[in-house]
Amino acid sequence: MGGGPRKGRRYNAGVAATRAVRPGAGTRRGGGRRRSPALPADLTAERCRQLYRQMVLIRRFEEHAAEAYAQAKVGGFLHLYIGEEAVAVGALAAARPTDDVLSHYRDHGYALARGCDPTACMAELFGRATGVSRGMGGSMHLADRSRHFWGGHAIVGSHIPIGTGMAYAAKLQGRDDVVLEFFGDGATGNGIFHEGLNMAALWKVPVVFVCENNLYGMGATLAEESPVRDMVIRAEGYTMPALQCDGMDVVAVYETLRVAIAHAREGRGPYFVECLTYRFRGHSMADPELYRDKDEVRRWRALDPITRFGARLVAERISTEQELTAVGDEVEEEMLRVVAAADAGAVPDLATLSQLVYAHPIDPTTPPADQEPQLAPRPAASGRR
Amino acid sequence: MEESTYREAVRSALREEMLRDPNVILLGESITGYGGSYAVTKGLVQEFGPHRVMETPIAEAGIVGFAVGAAMGGLRPVAELMTVNFALLALDQIVNSAAKFHFMFGGQWSVPMVVRTVSGFGQLGATHSQTFEGWFAHVPGLKVVMPATPADAKGLLLAAMRDPDPVMFIEHSLLYSTRGPMPDDPETVVPIGRARIARAGSDVTVVAYSRMLLQALQAAEVLEREDGCQVEVIDLRTLRPVDYPTVTQSIQRTHRVVVCGEDWRTGGFGASLLAELQDRCFDDLDAPIARVAMADVPLPYARNLERALIPSSEQVVQAVRGIL
Ligand SMILES: Cc1ncc(C[n+]2csc(CCOP(=O)(O)OP(=O)(O)O)c2C)c(N)n1
Ligand SMILES: [Mg+2]
Repeated sequence: MGGGPRKGRRYNAGVAATRAVRPGAGTRRGGGRRRSPALPADLTAERCRQLYRQMVLIRRFEEHAAEAYAQAKVGGFLHLYIGEEAVAVGALAAARPTDDVLSHYRDHGYALARGCDPTACMAELFGRATGVSRGMGGSMHLADRSRHFWGGHAIVGSHIPIGTGMAYAAKLQGRDDVVLEFFGDGATGNGIFHEGLNMAALWKVPVVFVCENNLYGMGATLAEESPVRDMVIRAEGYTMPALQCDGMDVVAVYETLRVAIAHAREGRGPYFVECLTYRFRGHSMADPELYRDKDEVRRWRALDPITRFGARLVAERISTEQELTAVGDEVEEEMLRVVAAADAGAVPDLATLSQLVYAHPIDPTTPPADQEPQLAPRPAASGRR
Repeated sequence: MEESTYREAVRSALREEMLRDPNVILLGESITGYGGSYAVTKGLVQEFGPHRVMETPIAEAGIVGFAVGAAMGGLRPVAELMTVNFALLALDQIVNSAAKFHFMFGGQWSVPMVVRTVSGFGQLGATHSQTFEGWFAHVPGLKVVMPATPADAKGLLLAAMRDPDPVMFIEHSLLYSTRGPMPDDPETVVPIGRARIARAGSDVTVVAYSRMLLQALQAAEVLEREDGCQVEVIDLRTLRPVDYPTVTQSIQRTHRVVVCGEDWRTGGFGASLLAELQDRCFDDLDAPIARVAMADVPLPYARNLERALIPSSEQVVQAVRGIL
C-alpha cells in the first residue's frame, strides 16, 4: 500500500484487526492535533484549489439553504452536511465521472461535489420544476443521472443493495466503472446494510462502501447504537478489506478512496472505508441537540475541514490568504445568484403528478396496439470480468 | 394447438426472454441447483450459467434491492421470492425503491424489473398461506399481474419482462400443474392491464383472477346446469392497473356482479374493487355487489379447517344465487 494513507489502517479478513487505531490522539473526542499526510503527487496545486473551492461551495450552499428554510422556502426535512465536506469532496475527487454514486439523504455535498448544477439543486429544495428531480424529491432526493449521481435515499440503509446491484450490472456488461455508496454509522444497525455487504462480497462486486461515522444516528450516540466503535470491523465478517481515515482531512479521504477504488476497479471485489467525521449542525433543522454537549461540538469545530485545508494550502504556498478569502467571496456571490435563480423557477404543474408515476402508463381505454411496451435497446454483447 | 402446464409456461417465458435479451438475469433462493422451490427455474442455470441465474442468500430485501440496482445499471432482472409470505421482508424495497424512483427522481430513470412470487396454500400453516396482492395493488408505481392460465402466464411474463416499470408477477402454487392451450405463436405477448372475458353470459358477471378464475368457471357450469343462469366470467389478469372498461361494460349487460378473491375480506383487493365498481356502476346495478373472500382469520394447519376457509366454487355459486 506504498503511498497510501499513513493514517489509514487496513483490515483484512482473517487478520486479527479487531481493534482499530484512531487516526490521531484524541480524535474521537475531537481534540488533539493531527498531521496530514504529504500531498500526493496527483493532487496538483490546481486540483487542491479546486477541492478547496468545492468544500466552500458546499458550505455556502447549505448556509443559504438553512436561511431559505428559516424563510419557509424549503419545506420538510433539511439535513445539513456542514462539517463533513471533506468526505464527499475527497472521495469523489478519487473517482471517475462515470463511476456511479449513491448516498443517504444528507446528500447536498455529493450532488455538488459531483458537479450538479447548484441552481438546480437549490431549486429542488425549493420544490420547483427546475429542480434536479423536477421538484418531486426535495432535499433528501437530489439526483442527476447525467452526473452518475443516483440519488439521495431517505430510508436508512436502503440504497446499499441497490448500489451493489448497479455495480454487478457494470461487471456483467464488462464496464470497469465502480459504484460508491455513502451512508452513516446508524445505517450499519439495519439488516439491509448486512444483506448488501454480504452479496457484494459473495459476488465480488466492484463497489466501495463509504461509512461516514459522525458518532450519531440522529439522537442515538454511537455507544447506544453499535457494539463496535469502529465501523471497519463490520467489514471483517464479510471478508472485505477496509480502511479507516480522518474524515476531517480532504487529502486523507482522497488517498484512502484512491486505494479502495483501485481495488474495486481491478476486479478484486468490494472495499469498505470508514471516515471519522462530525456534523457541526443538528441532525436536521428540527433538532434541538439535547443529546450532545456544546463542548464536544466546539472541539470538533476546531477541526473544520475547510479551515484546516486552507491553512495547509497557505503553508504549502499553494494559495495565499487573500486568494482563499477571494474564493469565499466569489462563491458567496455565486450563491446569491443561485438562490435568486432557483427562486425564479416555476413550480411543477399538476399534470406532473400523473405523468411520473409510470414510465409506461397503461390506459385500458386505448387499443393495446399503441401500448406494446417498448423493447429496451439491446446493448453490445456482454463481456465478463 | 399445443398444451402446456402453467409451470412450463412460466419457465419458457423466462428461457426465451433470456435467449432474446442478454440483459435478463434471474436471481433468487434455491433457484439454481434446486431448480426453484416450485421447480420453475429447473435447468436454467445449466443453460445460462451462474452469472445470469444467480443463487442468492436468504435475504429478500437484499434480493429486491439488488435487482432494483441491477435494473438501474441496465440489466433486466427477474427476482424470485420463494413465496409472497417472504415478500414482506422486501416490502420496503418494493414500495420505497422500485415503485418510487421514477416519480421521486423526476422521471430520470425507471426500474424495469420483475418480482416473481407465489401465492397459495396447502396445510402450510399461518405464516406460509397468505395472499397479499391487495398490498401490492395498493401502491402507485407498481404493476401487479396474476395470471390464471398457462397462456397468460407466459404472455404476461413476457410483457412484464419488457415493461419499463416494476412488475409484481404473482403466480399460484395450486396452478403450477394445471394444463391449458398455448397460442400458435410462441412469442405471443399478453398486454398488461387487459382483462379477458373467459366465459360469456348475460345474467351475472363474476370477476376473478388467478386460482379463483377456475373456481368461477366451475361455478358458472353448475349455475347453468342447476339454475339455467348464464354467468359471464371475467379474468382480471392485471390488478394494477385494473381494466375497468371491460368490467363495467359487462355489468352494463348483466346488471349484477360478484367479486372473487382469496385475500382477507377486510382491506383486501376485493374490497377496493367493489368500492370502485359501486362508484362506476351504481346506476347499472340491479342488486348489491356480492363478494367471495377469505374470512378474517389466519390460515390453520388442520385440513378440515383450512378447507372450510379457502374460497371455493360452492361459495361462488352461493354468492351468485344470493343476488339473482
Ligand atoms: C429505515 C429508517 N428508519 C428510521 C429513519 C429515521 N432516520 C432518519 S436519519 C436517521 C439517523 C441515521 O443516522 P446515520 O446513518 O448515522 O446518518 P447521519 O444522519 O448521521 O448522517 C434516522 C433514524 C429512516 N429515515 N429510515
Ligand atoms: Mg451518523
